[in-house]
Amino acid sequence: MTDAATAEPPARVLTQAEARRKLIVDGLGIIVGAVGFGFVYGLAARTQAGFSPIDVMAMSVFVFAGAAQFAAIGYVVGGLPWIVIGILTGLLNARHILYSAALAPGFRSRPFWERAVAAHLLTDEAFALSTAHNRRLGRFDPFGYWFAAIVVTFIPWFFATLAGSLIGQSIVDPERLGIDVIFPAAMIGLAVGLITGRRELVAAVVGAAVGVGVSLASSPTVGIIAGGIVGPAVGLLVPKARAHERAPIGTEASADRYRMPHTLDRRRDEPGDEP
Amino acid sequence: MTADYVPLALIMLAFTYPSRALGLLNPAIERLPERALDYLQLVGPAVLTALAAVDVMVGVESGESYFTIGLPWVSVGACLLLVVWRRNLFIGLAAAVAIAVAGRAVGFG
Repeated sequence: MTDAATAEPPARVLTQAEARRKLIVDGLGIIVGAVGFGFVYGLAARTQAGFSPIDVMAMSVFVFAGAAQFAAIGYVVGGLPWIVIGILTGLLNARHILYSAALAPGFRSRPFWERAVAAHLLTDEAFALSTAHNRRLGRFDPFGYWFAAIVVTFIPWFFATLAGSLIGQSIVDPERLGIDVIFPAAMIGLAVGLITGRRELVAAVVGAAVGVGVSLASSPTVGIIAGGIVGPAVGLLVPKARAHERAPIGTEASADRYRMPHTLDRRRDEPGDEP
Repeated sequence: MTADYVPLALIMLAFTYPSRALGLLNPAIERLPERALDYLQLVGPAVLTALAAVDVMVGVESGESYFTIGLPWVSVGACLLLVVWRRNLFIGLAAAVAIAVAGRAVGFG
């Protein structure tokens, strides 16, 4: 599953202490992002969809998936039936199948309950950080996963979303503060992070076009579903040889996409790295 | 304080957990057809852009959908460009909000 993505071995295998220090430094950048994004999610969930702080806490604990939680704001505002929201959430989070499969070999010797908890805490960021950490270390380190999943992602996300929803309660005119544009801006920004080749680009453009077209012909509810189903089908029409896939989701290469920009810039300068 | 959407969170959990657990609890996932895995990889970008585009371009009044152009186009467009350029979602969101606030302060939107 990771054959296309293992072309960038580390310059040397780090000691455990060195690798963990690097993990913590990389994690700090993710924490900043998670706090900021979590806060605006809480704000938008409160002001746009009317979620109470309890609802926001439940979303952050039970769903714990930024893009899906944000998307649910749009679904609720659009009046989608809850079962449809569940199905769309499942589709949106289907990429976790790829992360889960990629992490499975490392967790193979761990007890069932540990793998079950690890699964619930699996996010883009936890996958990215722990995969990069394991690569630097040259072996699987459970500490890397739990640190990334709980300390870097879950705790900051939970408290930031709660803070956003509590402050959102006191905002009477969200449009004046520009809060209404947070939702579409977050959606388009998250989509950029998932576009790793021509197939994804085609799926994204067609998804948007079909979504708008069908929305105008029927309703936004139907349009969003149509875009989400038709977009990927059209994306698959791009032949694999022409897809220019750089970092398929679930591979080690995709983990690099979550690094801080300055880290990416430095890596580009290393001999043998692709531009 | 209400808890109206807690059941929705549980429904979303029911649809999210299986995809997270499939590989970790049952490695049989690797036996899924490659075409199915490829399709799953494309769902995220398509759903997210559909949500963004419909939110910005489609309005609804009295149950009728209509095409709309306005300040959110500029805000969301700026966010898109910044995220592509800087690979930093938070900067993009901050710019989108700043443009919306400034635009409305001078009478647009």
